[in-house]
Amino acid sequence: MNSELLELKGEQGNFLATVKQNPRFIDLSKCTSCGECTKVCPVILSNEYDENLSENRAVYKKYAQAIPGAYAIQKSDKAPCRLSCPAGLNVQGYVQMVGQGKYKEALQIIMEDLPLPGVLGRICPHGCEDACRRCEVDHPVAIRNLKRLAADKFDPRQIEVKTLTKRDEKVAIIGSGPAGLSAAYHLARKGVLSTIFEALPKAGGMLRVGIPEHRLPRDVLDNEIEVITNLGVEIKTNTPLGPDLTIDDLFTQGYKSVYIAIGAHKGLDPDIPGEKVKGVRQGVDFLREVNLTGKAEVGKKVAIIGGGNVAIDVARCAVRLGAQKVNIIYRRTRAEMPAWEEEIHAAETEGAEITYLAAPQEVLTSDGKVTGLQCIRMELGEPDNSGRRSPVPIEGSEFIVDTDNVIMAIGQGVDKANLPTKLELSRKGTISVDAVTFKTNLPGIFAGGDATSGAATAIKAIAAGKEAAESILRYIDGIDMAEGRETVTNEAPVYRPVPEGETIKTRAVMSELAVEQRAGNFKEVELGYNEEDGKAEAKRCLNCGYCCECFQCVEACLANAVDHSQTAEEKQIEVGSVILCPGTDTYDPLPLDELYHYKTNPNVITSLEFERILSASGPTMGHLVRLSDNKEPKRIAWLQCIGSRDNNKCGNGYCSSVCCMYAVKEAMIAKEHSHTNLDCAVFYMDMRTFGKDYEKYYNKAKDKDGVRFIRTRVHTMEQVKESQNIIIRYADESGMMQEEEFDMVVLSVGLKIPQSTIDMAKRLNIDLDKYGFAQSKPFTPVETSRQGVYACGIFQGPKDIPSSVIEASAAACAAGGRLDAARGTRTKTVQIPDEIDITGKEPRTGVFVCNCGINIAGVVDVNEVAEYALTLPNVVFTGNNLFTCSQDSQDRMKEIIKEKNLNRVVVAACTPKTHEGIFMDTLQACGLNKYLFEMANIRNQDSWAHSNDPVRATEKAKNLVKMAVARAVTLNPLCEKKIPVNKRGLVIGGGISGMVAALGLADQGFETVIIEKEPKLGGMAIKLTATIEGEKIGPYLSDLIEKVSGHPKIQVLTQSLIVGFTGFKGNFTTEVIVGPGMYERKIDHGIVIIATGANEYTPSEFLYGQDERVMTQVELASQLENKSTADGIDSIVMIQCVGSRNEENPNCSRICCQSAIKNALHIKELNPDADIYILYRDIRMYGLLEDYYTEARRKGVLFFRYSLDEMPEVESTEEGLMVTFRDPILGRRLKVSADILALSAGMRPTDISELSSIVKLALNAEGYLLEAHVKLKPVDMATEGIFICGTAHSPKLLTESISQALAAASRATTFLSQDQLTLSAVTAYVEAEKCASCLICVRSCPYGVPKINAEGVSEIDVALCHGCGVCAAECPAKAIELNWYEDDQILSKVEALLEGVI
Amino acid sequence: MAERVVGSVMVVGGGIAGMQSALDLANSGYYVYLLEKSSAIGGLMSQLDKTFPTNDCAM
Repeated sequence: MNSELLELKGEQGNFLATVKQNPRFIDLSKCTSCGECTKVCPVILSNEYDENLSENRAVYKKYAQAIPGAYAIQKSDKAPCRLSCPAGLNVQGYVQMVGQGKYKEALQIIMEDLPLPGVLGRICPHGCEDACRRCEVDHPVAIRNLKRLAADKFDPRQIEVKTLTKRDEKVAIIGSGPAGLSAAYHLARKGVLSTIFEALPKAGGMLRVGIPEHRLPRDVLDNEIEVITNLGVEIKTNTPLGPDLTIDDLFTQGYKSVYIAIGAHKGLDPDIPGEKVKGVRQGVDFLREVNLTGKAEVGKKVAIIGGGNVAIDVARCAVRLGAQKVNIIYRRTRAEMPAWEEEIHAAETEGAEITYLAAPQEVLTSDGKVTGLQCIRMELGEPDNSGRRSPVPIEGSEFIVDTDNVIMAIGQGVDKANLPTKLELSRKGTISVDAVTFKTNLPGIFAGGDATSGAATAIKAIAAGKEAAESILRYIDGIDMAEGRETVTNEAPVYRPVPEGETIKTRAVMSELAVEQRAGNFKEVELGYNEEDGKAEAKRCLNCGYCCECFQCVEACLANAVDHSQTAEEKQIEVGSVILCPGTDTYDPLPLDELYHYKTNPNVITSLEFERILSASGPTMGHLVRLSDNKEPKRIAWLQCIGSRDNNKCGNGYCSSVCCMYAVKEAMIAKEHSHTNLDCAVFYMDMRTFGKDYEKYYNKAKDKDGVRFIRTRVHTMEQVKESQNIIIRYADESGMMQEEEFDMVVLSVGLKIPQSTIDMAKRLNIDLDKYGFAQSKPFTPVETSRQGVYACGIFQGPKDIPSSVIEASAAACAAGGRLDAARGTRTKTVQIPDEIDITGKEPRTGVFVCNCGINIAGVVDVNEVAEYALTLPNVVFTGNNLFTCSQDSQDRMKEIIKEKNLNRVVVAACTPKTHEGIFMDTLQACGLNKYLFEMANIRNQDSWAHSNDPVRATEKAKNLVKMAVARAVTLNPLCEKKIPVNKRGLVIGGGISGMVAALGLADQGFETVIIEKEPKLGGMAIKLTATIEGEKIGPYLSDLIEKVSGHPKIQVLTQSLIVGFTGFKGNFTTEVIVGPGMYERKIDHGIVIIATGANEYTPSEFLYGQDERVMTQVELASQLENKSTADGIDSIVMIQCVGSRNEENPNCSRICCQSAIKNALHIKELNPDADIYILYRDIRMYGLLEDYYTEARRKGVLFFRYSLDEMPEVESTEEGLMVTFRDPILGRRLKVSADILALSAGMRPTDISELSSIVKLALNAEGYLLEAHVKLKPVDMATEGIFICGTAHSPKLLTESISQALAAASRATTFLSQDQLTLSAVTAYVEAEKCASCLICVRSCPYGVPKINAEGVSEIDVALCHGCGVCAAECPAKAIELNWYEDDQILSKVEALLEGVI
Repeated sequence: MAERVVGSVMVVGGGIAGMQSALDLANSGYYVYLLEKSSAIGGLMSQLDKTFPTNDCAM
């Protein structure tokens, strides 16, 4: 699962494949498929299995019945928000948690990296929002506000921070700003406690003294600092570096390492005259005073120089402290301003003014006081290093700003006064550190935050602190500090695509304190989200990475199956052959949107989407409704050939082969689902129902079910605005424009090889055709261009399910046949211990009750059930398991079985359908007969069904267990009979199919006998000339006959007739009369392949046999071998469907359109001027044959459609044959003179009525062999060990016959390769003395097994019995019992249930 | 054809064709590696509701 083939080295017989195993993130061996993970997963995605019409979660099961049943997690690269966060916070994770109102869980995710969620939730510059891909739709998700909401709703101090065992080493941290706090936090989590030395009276650094309270309330900061001190970190305030505390002192005091995070608290001077007077001060000093004391002196008119956040903070504080006028002077324009836009806007709202393009020149003073600020106007010049345009003074533009208080806010530097002298600094005056490890030039000393970066953001400081903590730990432990920490950038990250049609959702606006309430106080301005807004905002997240790694599933999974640490692995695997069957996608009609309105109108859907709507497990639970209004449609149209037979719009010139059939099926099923008289109309070009019995299905849809079929190519589609109905305009067959309105339109989309398959083929060096299908040759249909690599299914060419299944078996024959020498060398066998004899022993029953996680235990009181079970008769052990099916429970069960000497086992759990086999294997592994086992389904039939009534559900569980225990006691060991296999194959029919099948067996070493009734091999192929691809059949046939005749393992019996047949799979005996001597032979064999073939129909129509110019296509083809014949043909008419699709033979003969076009192209090649008229009903050039039809039209072959109502007429005159037919386009009858009239005569199966009665083969009404299942067992007959191939099964092309012949050989090999066959012990038997020979069993058995034997009673051959139980149920004399389901065994359950009731 | 033949086969794709190939080979004495890129086998057919011409459930 989850794997792909990357590379294939080596050669046929011995390849080395490189396979990439992608992570599933769920341990297949542990997952019990209980689904608890999916219930807690917050990530809602569109469900691809439902063609995106429903939703599923990031942890999902592909579909209810999926195999394997284990869940999987869809995960991609880390989301851009997460990658853009300096501290790497799992943003997607906590946003999803907030969306669910799981604030605690959100904080747990945040606090993996960040100890200050409420702080950063207010003041972070949120680079994550710039990276948010929601910007492609509308606006980014308000990530920061959601972080704050989490911290508002749950106190971060209550989060239990997991820490490792405390260590003895101590670390000193200088500075309690975000870098210092972060380092202390992350060290503490690893068990290393630190002491933080803080110069100021309070902790927090710039968070406290740089950011005003109206943006960050003090209690929020205090509380979150407590998160860190609660871990045992000590903060010593008023303890600055200086003469009393040097770094050296710290090392002396025993600190192992020192982290310098002193920030950048020193304001930079602008160096202008007058700046030293009173009334001029630094912004950072001003803010420090305000923030520590709650007040500071401000002038009436404050001028602030700078354009960063400090300038804005100063301005907003000055306003609050009573300044009447606040003017920010900035030398560039607003666009270049480094302060955040929302802050600038807030400052303006609160009354601050901003003067752009102005620079201070001099502070004007008088009496030591500020009287004004002389400025000069600037203009923007060339861009500088930062990319911003640098301001240039405009000469003579000086002006004076009226102010009494100038505050400088042009930047901050590091106060290096008390740093060690040997500590290396950068040119900017910051501490130099290694970019990855944050180590300084001095050993043991690390630095980070603003002290190394210069004034930057808090989140960067947090990130620096976290990294420093990692380095310090490694330093203490003496580990390489840099190893494995280089940042790897993913140049092409893969994200979940933005869903098509994602609706615009407004970003939630945060409420704010009214402006008039802000003056004179420092109350918080931004008031936070309410829960409702927060949830809605979080739901705007697009889940770029699919899984958000919130790890809720890890918590929910009681089986410990979730493993998020899995990574992709590459494996090297040795194989002898490779079969490629990667399948296809359906064509995506989006590029043709203008015409079809797909996606723009929800009532226009693809056929696969419609399949999902019809499906009971689909998005509408099988209710037929329109997607626009959930109403049941009354009129549905199907448009055929969307993405097929279309060289112009989509380039797919081929016919997809399946769309006509599925459209007919969908129309019929839709009618079944509809509560009204649903009108179904199929708009098509040719109805291609060419498969076995498909034409009958089409006729039923048309004639009985009233599906309308309209032959046209739709002209335009128009939407009706209000109803979202669709008006279809088309020209009918007479050319008249028609218009019809539909509620729903289904686009019958074709098959398309996906790019991933094309890429794979390239990697594996496999040639593809122009459409991307694997290239193959007509006589070797499953072989690719690379020896030892085979193709089947749609990858080989468009085809339906039966053809895919046939080809799959053919590929298996080709792939396995050549590895015969190594058969059985790689397979694994299970060792089973000898069976314990329980004869005469008292039943000792063990009852194992399953919790199924909380699937059962959440409703049913499993302990009570287990205790109850112990009170039941013969029960000697009960117990319950979390998951009874898990490997460890199975191991435990084995121990208990042995320990308690159990001889009956009851498991009360889920359904035997999926789990019976597992438990039976466990019994077998303990030496117990596997039939001494019984299951009680207390999940599907109890806890799931009665989840709202736990008390009664528990009672029901007890009853179910009681019944199971009662039956268990009645069980007896059953013996599975083994029968030897005769390894000889018998092939009936020596045509191409028979010979290919025989070779398929003989090449693998199985002796094979071919029985042919004619004197020589070859069959129908003797009459054939070439395939449509131009491959000559004659040489191929001769070669094949030679191989077969000379093969040491093949015996050919010609002129032979089967006269007797007995036996069963693995052991048949056939009696043959071999001519010409007519001697009798008996052949014992293990399997039979029937390849009795078909013939061309001999027409009685159109003067065939009366005029030699009228011939069949096969006859024409053979005449065309003689070039002179072709030269003489100037005009030829071909009539299709002769002897097919009529009352006598309702089926399509599949190959005749191809024969006609093959001959037409041949004639055109020999005589390009010849006039060729093909009179047809539907041209059925399916699959890749369509290209030949296109070529024929291009070469001027004329096609005229006729209908059964108006058949062409033929007259024989002396001038030539005169053919009269109606041209439906001109609406007139045309008369054409023809040199030759070629009849496309259909196929007729060889008459095998005698054979079928001897071998007991079922035939359909037309005489073709009836397979076991038309879809899934197209090569097997209902009787096991008998297989069919070639045209005896249905009309088909030579290539298709070869495929089926190989398939028959493959199916036969599955028997012949085994030494013995194990028969199921669950078979029926007759108690002869009770049998009244009433024949009811004989008539009711679906497999025809019961026979009346020589004693005149019914007898059932165990080798043939399927164990279905129909006979046992029907037998009026109760003479028949079915092993393991005997009457008393079933009744014991009923009696147990009714005990005490009646 | 290699001198030393390996008795296992790789089948790429777990749809109806891949499953049938894998079953035939496994039942004929070869070890089969069935590769499927998604999380479950079944392929396109598993998405179908019913199948023609018998209208059997595709599942």
